[in-house]
Amino acid sequence: MKFLKSPFFWIVIAVSLLYAVYPKLGNNITLRETLVLSAIYVILATNLNLMIGYTGYVNFGSIVFFGLGGYLTLWLIGGYGWNLYAAVLFAGVVTSLLTLALGFGILRLRGAYFALATIGVNEAVKDFVSNFDKWGGSEGIFLPFSTYKSMGGAVHALWTVYFLIIGVMALSLLLSWFIKRSKFGLGLFAIREDEDAAIVLGVKAPVYKAIAYSVSAFLPAVAGGLYFFKNGSIVPEEAFNLHLSIESIVMVMLGGQGTVTGPWVGAFLYERLRGLLLTTPSLSNFHLVIAGVLLLLIILFAPGGLMGWLYKRWARVRGVLE
Amino acid sequence: MLQIFSSVMDGLLIGLVYGLAAIGLTLIFGVMDVVNLAHGSIIALGMFFLYLFFGAGLHPYLSLVPVAILGFFFGVIVYLIAVKRIISGPPLMSLLSTFSVSMIIIGIGTALWSTSPYNINFKVETYNILGYTVTSARLIAAVAAVLVTFGLYFFLYRTVLGKAVRAVANNREAAELMGIPSQQILAISFGIGTMLAMLSGALIATLFPFTILSGGVYELKSFVASVLGGLGNPTGALLGGIILGLIEGSVAPFIQISWTNVIEFVIFVLILLFFPTGLFGGRK
Repeated sequence: MKFLKSPFFWIVIAVSLLYAVYPKLGNNITLRETLVLSAIYVILATNLNLMIGYTGYVNFGSIVFFGLGGYLTLWLIGGYGWNLYAAVLFAGVVTSLLTLALGFGILRLRGAYFALATIGVNEAVKDFVSNFDKWGGSEGIFLPFSTYKSMGGAVHALWTVYFLIIGVMALSLLLSWFIKRSKFGLGLFAIREDEDAAIVLGVKAPVYKAIAYSVSAFLPAVAGGLYFFKNGSIVPEEAFNLHLSIESIVMVMLGGQGTVTGPWVGAFLYERLRGLLLTTPSLSNFHLVIAGVLLLLIILFAPGGLMGWLYKRWARVRGVLE
Repeated sequence: MLQIFSSVMDGLLIGLVYGLAAIGLTLIFGVMDVVNLAHGSIIALGMFFLYLFFGAGLHPYLSLVPVAILGFFFGVIVYLIAVKRIISGPPLMSLLSTFSVSMIIIGIGTALWSTSPYNINFKVETYNILGYTVTSARLIAAVAAVLVTFGLYFFLYRTVLGKAVRAVANNREAAELMGIPSQQILAISFGIGTMLAMLSGALIATLFPFTILSGGVYELKSFVASVLGGLGNPTGALLGGIILGLIEGSVAPFIQISWTNVIEFVIFVLILLFFPTGLFGGRK
């Protein structure tokens, strides 16, 4: 139980509890909805970081996990009356297994080729789902209101789902942290630095990469299930929105790739910034421009992101923030 | 039978325009290993530049000239601002920096023109050849695409500057040792790639209505076409575009139009997996 002594573990627990308790205390629905989005961003960015930051493979289509998780969950609940917990777990496992199989194929590609393939996979799945009548085609799936009855009514169900999403956020951060500390994580970092050298030194690169890819799919798929269950509906355009997957990359870069705290802080800040830009009338037309300029500036002048800058400035921070 | 024939012919003609867009993408990748994710938004920008010149009273085909010139300088500027600094960094950096350029273009474009559709309204002739009906706009777009491609080949193989571009593509350091100013060549190559993308956008704008977001579709088609032909290989990209157009044309009579995208992307991923250097070999 060495991890109980680590300050980082307790930071994650404390912040997650704060997320969970704060809106509940004042019964503040607006704040809850803001925090849901924030938590979803953290989940997406943190898991994406496993590929981009740890393994060095740029996954441009990571949103496909989120969308697929959402679709599987809503399909099982709406069509077969599964309960929420079973459905999201099943969706997570299925998405993970599909990703594992896919990973053994497309992870043979490197650099830009891999990035292009992930875009292709997301678009192919989106176009397939848009045409797939069983999942409602481009109309998507709607959950009837009665679905929430079994969870004690809609109000109660939404709070439950909120706590679950916060739980998934905490799990994502802890998973990211455990992997970073593990031998498996060390192998991933070796692949990132020099894949051929890593193979020579005995890292089973194809297996490691495929497992990292599959692990990075599990929690986003669960989160997708919860998120779209909360919304009560899902459409292909929203589920497989390539834009959100690139925004997740922005979050990872903003905070600092390869760290655990970086994507977390990056996602939080990005959500705040996006909200600010969208709600300020004079800026709302330009929110894309400002986000673009911000991304460009980070890439050109601070490729290490916020954490990179912090580490350079105060090296002692490394001991507390992973 | 005639219906299938005309559908295939339509596919072939539009495929040439896809090919032109794909050449713009593949040229930049071939010379500097940068996958230009601003490609789609640049195509859309080409459409709107044509719209502006057309609105100013210029004939659409005459407007192609200023669009091309603007496209070239736009590309050079994008290169100097967003690509130059990170050109030797990891692929993630150039993917993200070109993507941020795309966000900026689309953001400004949305603010200027909103996302509602526009079209170029001009007189189009219709010809009937043995029962196959074709519009002059489609024919001219295809011919223009072929001419621009020939022009590019003439430039790459028959001019000193073009040879320098190919030298830098082959081996940047060796080219520098031979006294070729590689930074300028890279900027010029990026300009040409952007010019081709804008031209293809302008040609597409003479055929279909467009919005500022239309570029995304053609960007993905350019990816598919250039991967089919082997990334970095301009001839391959043109052939890839033609293949793509032929696939679209030949399946169109049989299935719903929305399924063609699924087919294209599945082919795309399969080609990447099994023929990563494309059907016609990688860069030349």
